Amino acid sequence: MSSEPAPAARDRRHTVRIALLTAIATLIALPLVIWVLGPNMPPGKGTDVANSQVFDNTVLLVVMTPFTMFILVYLAYTLTVFRADEGERLEGAPIRGHVRLQIAWLAATTIAVLFLAIFGTAELYANGSGGGQGPSPITKPGGALPVQVIAQQWEFTYRYPTYGGVETAQLEIPVDRQIAFHVTSLDAIHSFWAYQLGVKADANPSVDNVAYAKARKTGTFDIRCAELCGLWHGYMFDTGRVVTGGQFASWIAQQQTRFREVTKELPPYSTTYNPDPTDRAG
Amino acid sequence: MSDTGRRGIVLAVLVLVSAALIAFYVVRLMSGPTPFQPAVANAAGRPTVSLTLQTVAAVGPSLSPNPSWVSYLIREQGVWHRTTVWTLPAHALVHVTVYQYDGNSGLRNPFLSQARGIVGGTFTVDGKAMSRIAPDDASHTFAIPQLGVIVPLQGVADDAKNQCDYAPCSLSNAHRTITFTFRTGKKGKYRWQCFVPCAAGFVYGFGGPMQTIGYMDGFINVV
Repeated sequence: MSSEPAPAARDRRHTVRIALLTAIATLIALPLVIWVLGPNMPPGKGTDVANSQVFDNTVLLVVMTPFTMFILVYLAYTLTVFRADEGERLEGAPIRGHVRLQIAWLAATTIAVLFLAIFGTAELYANGSGGGQGPSPITKPGGALPVQVIAQQWEFTYRYPTYGGVETAQLEIPVDRQIAFHVTSLDAIHSFWAYQLGVKADANPSVDNVAYAKARKTGTFDIRCAELCGLWHGYMFDTGRVVTGGQFASWIAQQQTRFREVTKELPPYSTTYNPDPTDRAG
Repeated sequence: MSDTGRRGIVLAVLVLVSAALIAFYVVRLMSGPTPFQPAVANAAGRPTVSLTLQTVAAVGPSLSPNPSWVSYLIREQGVWHRTTVWTLPAHALVHVTVYQYDGNSGLRNPFLSQARGIVGGTFTVDGKAMSRIAPDDASHTFAIPQLGVIVPLQGVADDAKNQCDYAPCSLSNAHRTITFTFRTGKKGKYRWQCFVPCAAGFVYGFGGPMQTIGYMDGFINVV
């Protein structure tokens, strides 16, 4: 009489082993995800919005960790335990459905997806990671400093309506102050992406796309166009600066002086512009 | 030869041909047009170069397969070339003279009508020092955004006599003479462009020559 266990008992043994290994791998990976990988997730913690995005990315990672561990453990277990011996040519056992396993898998993934849907919706509506942005912001933080981002082929320029509508080629913002970026375009579709600020807003002609951010520390941040916009799209980048309130006051005063004459030539401040000429005159 | 051997040879040939085509494309992409390299002088220990450019409403059949396209040209040993990729020394003073033969188009963003990033903050138009022009008078701009350089180029009057039809234009044609100086800064590859929507016949004036290196855009290789 053979000492081999019955197929059902053998399957159960494999299932228990895989479940245990998955649980152990998840317990090891989760602290690493939460305390090591999570805090280093993009885009960093330069602003309240960016910090919120880091939190969202960490939650996504936490949710996907058990599933990832299960898939990796299953793969490793299969390659190790079910590996055929050299020269062995045997047909595998017929594969049949396993109702309980299927229900468990469907239940686990459904719970994960539903949780992410509820979490994502709540985060979208919250003031931070996406709420209060777009052409019609849901939430409007009070006391925000408006800064208009004007995209054109192929450069961003910036207008400060509360400082006489002066326009500049550099973007500077004060630290610890809510900024309302009003993003628009004079020609093609661009996208204003201030990476470390956690701000990415499409720049569309005739659209005032609003995004809020409050910088937590001074320093520089990268600005890029994130929408393919023509020949020099790859060169449409810039470096912005977050400075102290005093430095900002001094800088904006300098800009007002430097561009006093050309400011008179600018159209009155508006959330969008439709400038002539739309085609070459000459 | 066996079927397997024949298949192997066919596969090897196909792989080699594909690799050769990819290599040809990459080499062509990397090499680009031959850059223009002006003579370099030294003034007070600093490299100094002079560029002489002209901007024309229509580049003409002798210089381009797109004769009606607007374009920059550069003069090399007395001959005008349609070359917009230039090699310049690092930390050099670059004296630029532009003979501007085109009419006004106007800027979409009036802010760009003020010069920035040039030595002294001013440029000259027909000998007159200026720091900006009326936005509607702009025919083109010379701009190197990464270096913060922009100079608006004033157009010739609509009713000017003896206007140039096709490049290369001569100094007897109606034109503006614009001069300015900028510094190249550190080594790198910088793009330059025109900001005026000056491409006739294209949507928003930003197609064709505004999207093609060799006309209204180019590179400056600072070495």
